[in-house]
Order: sequence, then structure tokens, then C-alpha cells
Amino acid sequence: MREFAYERASGVSAAVAAAEQGATFLGGGTNLVDLMKLGVAKPERLVDVSRLPADIEELPDGGLRIGAAVRNNDLAADPRVRLTYPALSHALLAGASGQLRNLATTGGNLLQRTRCHYFMVSTLPCNKRAPGSGCPAREGIHDNHAILGWSEACVATHPSDMSVALAALDATVVTHARRIPLVDLHRLPGSEPERDTILEPGELIVAVELPPAHGRSTYRKVRDRASFAFALVSVAAVLRVEDGAVADVAVALGGVAHKPWRASRLESELRGGPATRASYEAAADAELAEARPLRDNAYKVEIAKRAIATVLEELS
Amino acid sequence: MPTADVTLVVNGARAALTLDTRTTLLDALREHLGLTGSKKGCDHGQCGACTVLLDGRRVNSCLVLAVACEDAEVTTIEGLARNGELHPLQQSFIEHDAFQCGYCTPGQICSALGMLDELRAEGAPVDEHTVRDRMSGNICRCGAYVNIVPAILGVSS
Repeated sequence: MREFAYERASGVSAAVAAAEQGATFLGGGTNLVDLMKLGVAKPERLVDVSRLPADIEELPDGGLRIGAAVRNNDLAADPRVRLTYPALSHALLAGASGQLRNLATTGGNLLQRTRCHYFMVSTLPCNKRAPGSGCPAREGIHDNHAILGWSEACVATHPSDMSVALAALDATVVTHARRIPLVDLHRLPGSEPERDTILEPGELIVAVELPPAHGRSTYRKVRDRASFAFALVSVAAVLRVEDGAVADVAVALGGVAHKPWRASRLESELRGGPATRASYEAAADAELAEARPLRDNAYKVEIAKRAIATVLEELS
Repeated sequence: MPTADVTLVVNGARAALTLDTRTTLLDALREHLGLTGSKKGCDHGQCGACTVLLDGRRVNSCLVLAVACEDAEVTTIEGLARNGELHPLQQSFIEHDAFQCGYCTPGQICSALGMLDELRAEGAPVDEHTVRDRMSGNICRCGAYVNIVPAILGVSS
């Protein structure tokens, strides 16, 4: 591991000042410290933001404000989250292991890096880690890579479960400088896969805000084993049915793209239509029509379709 | 080599260390404090052999920088026995023959302790399905799960 200087931030402005001088933010460290051991991340200076205030507060409009340093297990166990935003609680508990969830922070979870094999091995080419070096995944190991929104430069997926739930729940990311709809935080790879998000250098996430819940919600994760594995496909959904018709719906997919994939086409197909499995499957087909599977991951299209239909049926 | 001073409270005893900032909590425990009960398996947060309780919560000590733990209370497997009596969970692992080689056992026991607290706080059931799910961060390469799970269930009732 490369040598680095360590300091603990006394507050948000001190953390931002350190970052403006080149320091990298350290949250729980579950991803960053690992990447430092692997030689993938090589910060010269760390500013520890894991002990900044970590509260979960109710907002006047009935929503919830989650401090960026709130640990994943604390967020999952919060009674307000479990009751009002079950998709978020389910997604958090579906992620990582109990030990990792006790360390991982809300802000850090949003900013975790892809687990693409080529990204994680510092001696291999990877446009995300070493821009311009190439992407061996397109023709190589890519059975758990993107089917939507990928580019010639990068076919990696975003690994977070939490972010997928937050995308369906219309969350807002609050940085020290501005507010960003969560669905706009992460970006598609395009020609700059080294940029996971639209955050500026030194921009610090201080909170995530949830609007009041507007329907029942849940999260379903499909993976190779029952626990402690990344998603092949995951689905976060919010649904409100009135008189057999879809009054409101929000669906986000994980494991399929470089960002949490909000299924806007599916949502507009469903709104006002019948709340039936057949219509859920048809809407899923419409959403997935633009999928471009790679050689070894076409299975994700069918899994996504079935998972979407099953989750919406469950919520109906 | 950048160093930093850090004070940890390990198993109730205060320890003041000057460490290379790269030192993980696991390496601080094993290499600087001589507490080799916590094991280094994968060193990447995947196997759980390094699990300790940090301020009462189970964590992978291989992914925690020691310098980030100023004034933290750390409990390792060495800190569980009281007055020469094994912790009930340690005793239960023996009674259920919940190990073969034993390398993962300190992590399994510390993780189970943390997990039982988490489930209690959530009001969640302590049953086989939940224990298997919530203990998935602890790998046993001997495959002793069939006895580990009953050992944990044995103390929760």
C-alpha cells in the first residue's frame, strides 16, 4: 500500500478544505481501504469523515434526512426506515455482510467502485482505472456486467444495493454545495468511465433525503448464492394500486448498468394501466427492449423481466 | 513513512501506539499488541476471520485503519472470558463441536456476539435461516456450519 497522511475532519468545512488540497475522503473504508491494498486506489492523503454527525432526522414534509456518516446497519434497523421505506431496509440488509454493514456509511455506499475483475487487478488494462488502456471485459469475463447503457469504453456495473432502492424512492443527495436527484448522481460511462458520478473534486456528500413515501415498496435481489454476493439483477419498486389500476409506480434496477437504472419507460407504460402480471411483463419488455447483452450475460434480460413482474405482483 | 499516535482500549486495557498510518486494526492487534486470536484470512473483508467488536459492533478489523480508531473500545476473542470462565458462546462452540481446524472460530464467535445484539435491537427472530443469512460474512473452509449454527442458537434461547 502506498504511504499516506491521515487526518480526522473536525467538520464539513475542514473536510472540504482538506479535499480541495488533494485529500481523499475516508468513510467506513470497506471499499477504499481494500482498493488501497490492491494498489487500485493510491491516495497520498486521507481525510476521515466517518465521525461527522450521523443522524437520521424527520423532515417537516414527512420525509427523512439521513446523515452521510450513518452506517448501513443503523440505517437498515431504523424503525422509520423499516416501516416507511422497506425497500431501503431490504436493500441494505441484502448487501455485503453484517461486519461490513457496521462500517459502511451512507455516503460511502453511494460512492463505492465497481467490482469488475479488470478494474480490481491493478496490472490489467481498464479504462475506468487507467483511462485509455482499454476494456478487456467486453470480450473477456463479463457474465455479471452491464446490459443497459454501456459504452465501448466500459461495461462495468455499479455494485450498490442501497443506491437502487434510493433511486426508486426518489431520494435527493445533498452535498456541501448543492442538491442532486439521486438518479442524476451516478453517470453512464460514455467516453469517461473513470468518472462514476457527477460530483466535482472535493465535493462532499453530507446527507441523503427521502420524500414522504408514496406507495408500498420492496427490494428483490437475484444472486449466485443466498447471502453475501453482489446482485446479478436487483429490483427496487414502489407501487400504489387503486381500483385495480396502477396509480403510481417507481422501479429501479441494479446489476444491469453503470448506475442504478430507473425504469422510466416501464413506469410510463404502467401508469393508469391494469395492475396485472401480464401488464407488468409487457412493461418490463418495453424497458428491456433497449438492452444490449454481451456474449455471456443475456440471461440478465430474462431474470430482470421476471424479477420486475414478481416484485410488482407482490406489491399489488 | 507517515506515522500517527493512536490510543486504543483493547479488552479493557488502554494501549498507546505510534503506527505507520497504513496499519490496519488487525495488524495493530496481532503485530503490535501480541493479540493473535484475531486471524488474518483473506485480508480483504471477505472471510470474517479478523472479526472483532469495535465499540461493541462486529467489524472486519482488516479493513479498519488503526489510526481511525482513536479512543475506540476493541473486544477480541481474548477479552471474552471472565474470571477464568469461558463466555457462554465459547462454551457452546465446544459443546457443539462447532469447528474443525479452528482458524475461523475467533471471528465466528465475535461475529455471532455482534449479530445477536443486532437481532435483539431489531426485534428480529433468532432462527436458523436468520443466523445463516446474518453470519454469511464468516467463512468456514472446514464446513463446520452444521454445528456452528446450533452453537449460536444454543446461547440465544
